[in-house]
Amino acid sequence: MAAVERQQWDVVVVGAGGAGLRAAIEARERGARTAVICKSLFGKAHTVMAEGGIAAAMANANEHDTWQVHFRDTLRGGKFLNQWRMAELHAQEAPDRVWELETWGALFDRTKDGRISQRNFGGHEYPRLAHVGDRTGLELIRTLQQKTVALQQEDFRETGDYESRLKVFQECTVTRILKDTASDSGSAAGRVSGVFAYDRETGRFFVLEAPAVVLATGGIGKSFKVTSNSWEYTGDGHALALLAGAPLLNMEFVQFHPTGMVWPPSVKGILVTESVRGDGGVLRNSEGKRFMFDYVPDVFKEKYAESEEEADRWYEDPDRNRRPPELLPRDEVARAINAEVKAGRGSPHGGVFLDVSTRMPAEVIRRRLPSMYHQFKELADVDITAEAMEVGPTCHYVMGGVAVDSDTAAARGVPGLYAAGEVAGGMHGSNRLGGNSLSDLLVFGRRAGWHAAEYARALAGRRPPVDDVQVDAAAAEALRPFSAEAGGDGETVSPENPYTLHQELQQAMNDLVGIIRREGEMEQALHKLAELRARARRAGVEGHRQFNPGWHLALDLRNMLLVSECVARAALERTESRGGHTREDHPAMDRAWRNVNLLCTLADPAGGLAAADPARGQIRLARETTEPIRPDLLALFEKEELVKYLAEEELYE
Amino acid sequence: MSSYEARFQVWRGDEQGGGLEDFTVEVNDGEVVLDIVHRLQATQAPDLAVRWNCKAGKCGSCSAEINGRPRLMCMTRMSVFDRAETVTITPLRAFPVIRDLVTDVGFNYEKAREVPAFVPPSGLGPGEYRMFQEDVDRAQEFRKCIECFLCQNTCHVVRDHEENKQAFAGPRYLMRVAELDMHPLDAAAETGLERSRTAQDDHGLGYCNITKCCTEVCPEGIRITDNALIPLKERAVDRKYDPLVWLGAKIRRRPAEGRAPAGD
Amino acid sequence: MATGTEPQQNSGGVRARTRAAIAAPHLRTDRWWLAPAVTAAGLLAFVVYSTWRAFAGADYYAAPYVSPFYSPCLAENCRTMRAGPNADLFGSWWGISPAIIILIFPLGFRLTCYYYRKAYYRAFWASPPACAVAEPHRTYTGETRFPLILQNVHRYFFYAALLVAGVLTYDTVLAFRDEHYRWGHMGLGSLVFLANIVLIWAYTLSCHSCRHIVGGKLKHFSRHPVRYRAWRFVGRLNARHMQLAWASLLSVAFADFYVYLVASGVLDDPRFF
Repeated sequence: MAAVERQQWDVVVVGAGGAGLRAAIEARERGARTAVICKSLFGKAHTVMAEGGIAAAMANANEHDTWQVHFRDTLRGGKFLNQWRMAELHAQEAPDRVWELETWGALFDRTKDGRISQRNFGGHEYPRLAHVGDRTGLELIRTLQQKTVALQQEDFRETGDYESRLKVFQECTVTRILKDTASDSGSAAGRVSGVFAYDRETGRFFVLEAPAVVLATGGIGKSFKVTSNSWEYTGDGHALALLAGAPLLNMEFVQFHPTGMVWPPSVKGILVTESVRGDGGVLRNSEGKRFMFDYVPDVFKEKYAESEEEADRWYEDPDRNRRPPELLPRDEVARAINAEVKAGRGSPHGGVFLDVSTRMPAEVIRRRLPSMYHQFKELADVDITAEAMEVGPTCHYVMGGVAVDSDTAAARGVPGLYAAGEVAGGMHGSNRLGGNSLSDLLVFGRRAGWHAAEYARALAGRRPPVDDVQVDAAAAEALRPFSAEAGGDGETVSPENPYTLHQELQQAMNDLVGIIRREGEMEQALHKLAELRARARRAGVEGHRQFNPGWHLALDLRNMLLVSECVARAALERTESRGGHTREDHPAMDRAWRNVNLLCTLADPAGGLAAADPARGQIRLARETTEPIRPDLLALFEKEELVKYLAEEELYE
Repeated sequence: MSSYEARFQVWRGDEQGGGLEDFTVEVNDGEVVLDIVHRLQATQAPDLAVRWNCKAGKCGSCSAEINGRPRLMCMTRMSVFDRAETVTITPLRAFPVIRDLVTDVGFNYEKAREVPAFVPPSGLGPGEYRMFQEDVDRAQEFRKCIECFLCQNTCHVVRDHEENKQAFAGPRYLMRVAELDMHPLDAAAETGLERSRTAQDDHGLGYCNITKCCTEVCPEGIRITDNALIPLKERAVDRKYDPLVWLGAKIRRRPAEGRAPAGD
Repeated sequence: MATGTEPQQNSGGVRARTRAAIAAPHLRTDRWWLAPAVTAAGLLAFVVYSTWRAFAGADYYAAPYVSPFYSPCLAENCRTMRAGPNADLFGSWWGISPAIIILIFPLGFRLTCYYYRKAYYRAFWASPPACAVAEPHRTYTGETRFPLILQNVHRYFFYAALLVAGVLTYDTVLAFRDEHYRWGHMGLGSLVFLANIVLIWAYTLSCHSCRHIVGGKLKHFSRHPVRYRAWRFVGRLNARHMQLAWASLLSVAFADFYVYLVASGVLDDPRFF
């Protein structure tokens, strides 16, 4: 195998979104020479899509807000499955992380007295979200990007080289975490020794040797057909961790938003804000029927209107009328939409109709929903004052992720591996509150960078060596799609189109492991995944290695297939409905599952990814009992509330 | 709701050469140019290189030139074209081409590094910053920038004159200088860094002849010329060409002589 | 693969060797040439008309109206305008049309105006002719060198333009007399002058330099509430700077033309009272 370029760094951060950049800044400020690798251009990360804000109990808008209240809200939102120590650290440190952004030049919207303005959001008891209009994520990423540049300018003044201590490798993809062999380190899994990556522009391979690697690759949305996520969200970090021998935690929890755009195709998956329904928008099926009245569950019967007349009166007189069923909790609405579509009463493009045009005069729509009006007008050429929108559930966020130590963000079982942001699991439990993702990025991005830098420093002088065999294997794996025509297994079968495989995967995950899950369908999904795994080994590409999107997709398929299997297996295992996991055959939350984590690990860590047998697959599942919540944190809740969530034995401990 | 076959010309090639290649491809209602490029990838040209990311006009990755006009592919609806029209897509023409629709935008990242960063005010800790909305409004407009580099691409100063790339930062980074100069708490002046002066001395503000193409192509609708570049020119005039201001500064400066010269 | 063309060898610009090999200077399919063509025609027409009128040195006063091209009138060869903008600063040695003295200032104001700069750089100098249309010049230094570096004096012309606008305001007040200098009268000319002076002021105040001076230069608007309000007002005008530039250019030419018509006897100023 040809020699592959190698460089030495102290810390390598994979991903340049909010978490990755925050980790890189921290590691560099603590003295570690830090490399950041990202698939897109620097500053284009998916974090820019976040609109709402950064949740932090700064008490600017309401002086009663404290980290304890924020912690409580977060645990309620996550249905008490959160890794409580993470939620505690997150609530405590979020204000400092926001204020720190200001010292780096961020400009948040202001209160009358000149402090950072905070807005209300679902699930947060007080107005808590620091924001910049509806582009908070952009402000966050730009501030971190500019802080990165500021550090590079410092280094330039000292060393004459902008990239001497902090370098961004943009448009590069990491395909493997490298480790020393178990015999070298004494640790069973081996310690991190670097990463294997390729430059998307040239197709050249390179190795960054580093004792510490921080994963900050975001989510997995691109495994689903309808998603609000960008192409980068192929679960790379999840897969890299798995392949390196680290477990993934609670992968069954995927947040679906009930109303994403499904048509026109150019905007499929983009969110339609809940206030459309709050302001009078109604959901209709293809027969023109307001179907939500048929989907009010018994527990909510008393609280929701039974007739359209009553529902319509609620908007004007909420005290003497009951709410329209369109305003049921998100999972209920999503379930109803799903059922209508499956029953053949969906809209032409597989959603239902969300209509405000017949409900309000055009000028009222434009005044109350200006951003929605413009979103549809500019992106889709749809005038929502004249026609109904088509909406359906859209995959939005994955709560599950790499199992990490709460304080250090270190991945379990692989010394030197860290994870922060959406790729890390535990923080949000079974369901994430709006605004908690951006604060999560900052709090745990910093912690990951900090501890990675410390760990790397402790290893100075005796870094784990890079294993040449692994480098060669990684290079061969990455080149495989170019020789697919030859028939990997000696057979002469035609190569598979990676785009087709991707579409089939997205369709399968969307239909079979989507918002509403059933045992039979998930088993079917596992069969489909096994078939796709076999076909993916024959995924072939044309052309050469220079900026070849077909090749890139063929390589990403491995990650999406691994992660999808984790989601499907964990979802099949958890026989209850909780947060972002809804089982039609187990519709209730079960207290017995409250303290159960599901861990996914690679079945054959030795590297064989050939397993096509759906029953065996590539993933092993294990149950684990969570650590009991610390008593002083439990004391923040009323006993009556805890009874609903905690199992008997937990309450008496 | 209907679909039709549209004729496209897409530039394909690399730094060795290339040309416009013809395609006929299905177009459906409601689609944008980026959807068509994706369809080409999935059906006819799997190795067609293109950058994209969010598909919602928020990340600024899919910049290209469509019928000769610099635009975001994700924000250009097919409905703006006549069905009989041939739609031409080329890479950005101000930057070196890498392959197909992908160009080397490194110029912009180099220029970004040359703008001195925000200088935090001394004596104010995190959480102690007080700024009023009317004071941050101006800089917030500039911070809407999604760094699509369409302004950098369309600006004739560098588009038509490669040699000016050395001296000229381009609209996006002059706007960054303006943003920092208008930041209510930026303390650069206290360190001897006069941003408006460096705009002209170090970042080539004088090359701008305010012909407003940057404003015309900005997908975020930022009024780059009126709100950033011209105010910056006026601030530079304050520093460099206004004898009254110059005299006043000379008199007031005297006690503080011996400070670090401007420009760090 | 692609229909092959070798990369161009000519240096610079969109045909530089590193750029995508496309021979055409632009691929725009819309009528991009229309705006610069109209601009050029409009500006040329004004230049021709104003040159004729400025050098004519005649038919610029028809009591009570004085052509804005000749106000204030600063030489001895000016016509006497009762209570009008006469100020014999230059004395008898000035032989040519007195308009030339004063027109320097409004001309300089408009010549260095940020809008007109855009207009004539595009329309006359083709630098650039339109966005993403390659310009024909081999080199470009913009406003970094003499003479174009002098564009930075715009704000001094702005100060001068304020004075001129003040005089024209005075002329407008005088226009509310009749031909016998009796106050309290109004004719069509009074309205023409009124419209002109409103547009002149709107254009002058909408100037970018003005916007900078009244408040734009401040770092903290919150500490200067009055200047902040002034800045916002000028900002709103400034957003229409181009429209005001054209409207005031037309109105000033028309006011002059109206005086010419009356002074040369072609038209009798219709009087309302």
